[in-house]
Amino acid sequence: MISRETFRQITANGVWQQNTSLVQILGLCPLLAVTTNLVNGVMLSLATIIVMAVANVAVASLRNLIPHEIRIPVFILIVAALVTVVDLVFNAQFHELYLVLGIFIPLIVTNCIVLARIEAFANKNPPLQSLLDGVFMGVGMLWTLALLGGLRELIGGGTLFAGIDMVFPGLQPLQLLPADYPGFLLTLLPPGAFILLGCLIAWKNWVEARVAARQTGPGQHPAVPTVLADRV
Amino acid sequence: MRLSIKQPSAAGMALRTAVILLIFVVAFTSLLAAAFLWTRPAIEAAAAEEKMKLIGEVLPRELYDNDVLKDSRQLAPSAVLGLDEASTAYLARKGGEVTALVFEAVAPDGYSGKIRLLLGVSADGTLLGVRVIQHKETPGLGDYIEPKKDRNKERPWIRQFDGLSLAAVADRDWRVRKDGGRFDSVAGATVTPRAVIKAVHKALQYVAENHRQLFASSQGGST
Repeated sequence: MISRETFRQITANGVWQQNTSLVQILGLCPLLAVTTNLVNGVMLSLATIIVMAVANVAVASLRNLIPHEIRIPVFILIVAALVTVVDLVFNAQFHELYLVLGIFIPLIVTNCIVLARIEAFANKNPPLQSLLDGVFMGVGMLWTLALLGGLRELIGGGTLFAGIDMVFPGLQPLQLLPADYPGFLLTLLPPGAFILLGCLIAWKNWVEARVAARQTGPGQHPAVPTVLADRV
Repeated sequence: MRLSIKQPSAAGMALRTAVILLIFVVAFTSLLAAAFLWTRPAIEAAAAEEKMKLIGEVLPRELYDNDVLKDSRQLAPSAVLGLDEASTAYLARKGGEVTALVFEAVAPDGYSGKIRLLLGVSADGTLLGVRVIQHKETPGLGDYIEPKKDRNKERPWIRQFDGLSLAAVADRDWRVRKDGGRFDSVAGATVTPRAVIKAVHKALQYVAENHRQLFASSQGGST
């Protein structure tokens, strides 16, 4: 079983300290293309959580059988096969959900987050820990993409939860800004996504700098965390 | 998994890793094949159901008593429809007589590329409905041609076509209001509706020109 300390560390790493989107800056291609609204961002993250959990457990279980020299091709093989299996099983067994999540699953095949977590974590840890790592890396991605998608949607078109009716029929998107809001196209296009992501990264670093400043106490110069430098 | 070779030679190492890689490939390919075979019937059934649901959007249930998915007619590539490949038209029959036709058309001049449309046209040339099945229009701007994305849920933009025909709408009225026609559009996104209106208009002209072959009750064999 997992000690409380390990659990705390894995969840904190996934959700904040090693956040895939804000710190590791992984998987930007689907991230920027898909997060034109909150619902899409959440859906992509949910699909990623499922795939990462399955792939991490598979690799962690097989890790003692995989020779070090050929681990990368074997990882790629495992991820590609598992993503395809997840895609097929979802399509067959949970078709309603597949119609919503389905378009995001093929995007994940090319997503380096999955391979990165396998190489960095599942390859060296037991299955249960790896499962947790996969899920919580996904949770970190989920809140970030929800925030990014929500901001893009709100600034770009003045709405929130567009497309929610595809997930929960009957629910309506919220029109938060007046209906005659002209919209701000830049945020809906990929360059706007880059700019907003940059703002989110800056916000995260600012929060951490403040926390660090509080801990070192007043009068002392806070050490600015070099979050980006050691991971990219 | 420790093999008893103490100092493996280069060839031995290569052989060993090659065999292990091969085992992984065989194992995961079998897994894929098994998953594919196991899920295929369910996926095919779901795909057919989905297609039928889409066809149902442009084809009222009371117009047919046949299995529409299995009663189709090949259409030759046609510039008027914007299709450079052969396509399939589905026939709705009631008592053996063709009552309506469901087919695809492409608007080549959308704001960002082609817009694929599905149209239902009854035997008297009336549009039963139009739906966009694929497009790359700007999210939040030109995508209101899709009823799901249209903010006007009461009367989505694409439903303006319901019940129209060449006889009911003069040629010069097949334009957005801004260009002197009869169709509404959202300010700031008129390229998209222009393309759709033009494609629908041309598709109706195609049906009028080829009416006899398209609605012939022979051939195509009902189920």
